[in-house]
Amino acid sequence: MATVKERQFRVEPFPGGTAGNMRLVEVGAQRDYNVVGTRPIRHDGTDKVTGRARYGSDIKLSGLLYGYILRSPHAHARIISIDTTRAASVPGVHAVCTNADMPSATHRAGDLGEGIVDWYHLNQNVLASDKVLYTGHAVAAVAADSVHIAEEAARLIEVEYEILTPVLDVREARSADALVLNDDVRTDHQPAGEQGEVPTNVAKHFHYEKGNVASGFEQATVVLEREFTTETVHQGYIEPHTATALWTADGKITVWTSTQGAFLIRMQVAELLGVSISKVKVVPMEIGGGFGGKIAVYLQPVAAILSKLSGRPVKLDMDRTSVFEATGPTPGSYMKVKIGVDAEGMITAGEAEILFEAGAFPGSPINPGCMCVFACYDVPNGRVDGYDICVNKPRTNAYRAPGSTHVALATETMIDEICETLDICPLEFRMKNAAKAGTERIDGPVYPLIGMWETLKAVELSDHWQSSLEGPNRGRGIATGYWFNAGLNSVVNATVNEDGRVSLIEGSTDIGGSRPAVAMQLAEILGIAAEDVTPTVVDTDSIGHTDVTGGSRTCYATGLAAIKAAEDIQAQLCQRAALLWDVDAESVEYVDGAMLRGPAGQEIGFKELSGKLLQTGGPVVGRGSVNADKPGGAFGTHIADVEVDPDTGKVQVLRYTVVQDVGTAIHPSYVEGQLQGGAVQGIGWALNEAYHYGDDGRLHNGSFLDYRIPTCYDVPDIETIIVEVPNPGHRFGVRGVGEVPIVPPPAAIANAIYRATGVRFRSLPMSPPKVLHELLSRERASRESTVD
Amino acid sequence: MAKQRIISTTINGNAVEFLATPRQTLLEVLRNSLDLIGTKEGCSNGNCGACTVLLGGRPVDSCLVLAVEVEGACLETIEGVASSDGLHVIQDAFLGQAALQCGICTPGFIMSSKALLDENASPSEEEIRFHLAGNLCRCTGYDKIVRAVQQAAEGETN
Repeated sequence: MATVKERQFRVEPFPGGTAGNMRLVEVGAQRDYNVVGTRPIRHDGTDKVTGRARYGSDIKLSGLLYGYILRSPHAHARIISIDTTRAASVPGVHAVCTNADMPSATHRAGDLGEGIVDWYHLNQNVLASDKVLYTGHAVAAVAADSVHIAEEAARLIEVEYEILTPVLDVREARSADALVLNDDVRTDHQPAGEQGEVPTNVAKHFHYEKGNVASGFEQATVVLEREFTTETVHQGYIEPHTATALWTADGKITVWTSTQGAFLIRMQVAELLGVSISKVKVVPMEIGGGFGGKIAVYLQPVAAILSKLSGRPVKLDMDRTSVFEATGPTPGSYMKVKIGVDAEGMITAGEAEILFEAGAFPGSPINPGCMCVFACYDVPNGRVDGYDICVNKPRTNAYRAPGSTHVALATETMIDEICETLDICPLEFRMKNAAKAGTERIDGPVYPLIGMWETLKAVELSDHWQSSLEGPNRGRGIATGYWFNAGLNSVVNATVNEDGRVSLIEGSTDIGGSRPAVAMQLAEILGIAAEDVTPTVVDTDSIGHTDVTGGSRTCYATGLAAIKAAEDIQAQLCQRAALLWDVDAESVEYVDGAMLRGPAGQEIGFKELSGKLLQTGGPVVGRGSVNADKPGGAFGTHIADVEVDPDTGKVQVLRYTVVQDVGTAIHPSYVEGQLQGGAVQGIGWALNEAYHYGDDGRLHNGSFLDYRIPTCYDVPDIETIIVEVPNPGHRFGVRGVGEVPIVPPPAAIANAIYRATGVRFRSLPMSPPKVLHELLSRERASRESTVD
Repeated sequence: MAKQRIISTTINGNAVEFLATPRQTLLEVLRNSLDLIGTKEGCSNGNCGACTVLLGGRPVDSCLVLAVEVEGACLETIEGVASSDGLHVIQDAFLGQAALQCGICTPGFIMSSKALLDENASPSEEEIRFHLAGNLCRCTGYDKIVRAVQQAAEGETN
């Protein structure tokens, strides 16, 4: 095998893309596919550009009632009483419900694929009975003939609260004298498995250690310790949450909803309503964005209860302010990180203390944060402590590489600072210290074949890195990011039709182009065109358990299921051909070009044989069921050029390039789209997005006007360089793509702002007022020193 | 509740009469009364553009227009963009450029893009980005949407 130094690379346009869509090619390592790597029109495309695709809120049922949820105006209060009498008597109202209409829940853990949930806490989050723990916490619900009647009636519900002081800061929340949000929470120390004894806001403490940290820091010539803070940010999907439910007299519940995982909604609804999972059918409608925020239930159980009480189907649509106040977000954080580097520029030790806001109930992505903080590098000695801490903000949920963006801000800006101190090129430093196959992460795992170094090589060869950036107040920064990617369960059934096309049935909801990506993998195996496969996402009664579309697992794991289904079809077709030729099935080969070949050179094409299936034993259905566990981690490195306006503090991104190892790009256009979309979410997080809370715990910016996500006028073209270091755990080498691109932007932009202004930012967002404040403070300080 | 009124409009070239109470938005009536569900609701306060329709050829957020205000008006919605012969050049461009991921913002973007191209057949990238700034997309990072509008403009002028 060639050593790293002998390998030859070039960056070239990715075929079929537009200007700025590039790929890294290793000389002599090209792979040859027919369908994989091409750009067919997505199968659901026409429906989506004509307005025909049916999203969650587009469902219509006869006798449909509309619901409205009454939410808490207080961030922290004990519920003394709830009186729904007046609401129930409003003409047009058919049902009113509170937590008392749900079965009581007990403390048990449920695994939602992208996070663990305690069923009692989820019960209380869906409808509070004991305490309200954030502004917007759901308290009661009404179903009526129209949403307007329901809303007016809900306002007549009388709730008596004992108002408590809100706890909003993680450092304050973990102090011994802090007001405790949940009396039932004890600190769970992992991986030690020890349990604390007193009620606390600190729900979890993760501790990982590797090597000898003290001696690691002793070997260092430069030791840097820095503190960082980030604010709560929201996934910001454009489609609000929605659920419609029908609970029929035979005890069956049907839920139409927009979700990343129909089977996880089924599990949660069944658990919270005390019915068996097979009594619940979840119909996943098209989903208008999720990014991790549409996995947990909010409205689904409430709609089901209102349906049971009214005997009619009930639809609940969430308004945008409630989406901000009561769903989603990813935690605000406080982090203290220490890194030691020796004179040769090698990392000798790392140490991190990470505090994540869990929100109202335990469950922040603190463990991924701990696992990712030093994941991009070979850190021989390290210690990481992470804390999951309850505060009076909405219960946090997964958001694209949950936890990794926070910690990358810390590590990646500190590396930039260290490189400056040691006068080393930040790209060269990263190449020297890059994690590679065999590197052991601080939390234990040893990397298989990964592409961290290759992304850096692509940066080095990129037009962006090689171009110069001139002009005042401008700077360039780079940063790297990592995500594990997930595997989990996926099922695909595929039926061969008589016309030689294949109907593919899957349980993975399609959030951004997984239909073509899965269909293309089946087509590649069978040697047919992507257009000859019709993928359909079905309800929970129509396919086996398929985990969430999240964790960057769908193209990998559902793709593996599609490959299995295709191989199953191949084996069955060989048997059919054997019947036709009167030979042993083992002697028939499925060869390139969708042909079957017999021992005496007999040949029949896939299409021709498809037309004979009904006469040779019936339709052929291929099945693929997987529990995939080798997703292969993914790394990305971004380059950001910015210009800072010294008069306003506004940071304009001038040029931006995303480089990422995707394993193998199945549909490059949608891979590029993931890289571009993730980067722009990260740019929003870097420069503007943050929840603004008053001291009373009320959210001040619960709208898209005030919680301002990037518009197309705010961002430049996002250039992409796809790197393909194949994942050994997948037939075509697929790694997850979607998570990583959100990770590097805040750090890359912070590094660029430093080059532009000389000011280091360790707090997000780097919004105009904050940037201007820093620039003016520095100006004032330099003026004062001149006067002295 | 106030009484319903009869409103007469033209929607996608067809004369349409509907009933609406004064409090109902055009968006609510399109979706709930007229079954024109292609127009999407993202925020209900004019910030996201998912509900963009053309009112007298101009793009408006239908969540900010009261239904009773469209008496006598001429409306275009996403359902009227494709003809029976096939997709509109903008729709083809959105598919060809992979300019959508989840697709919830797509109808609004197509309506805004149509309004732009109806007025300016060959906009610059700057003009496209300025014109579409009222439509939010959280999936794509906008790059491929801008390319799609550029492609559609080229297709229309050819």
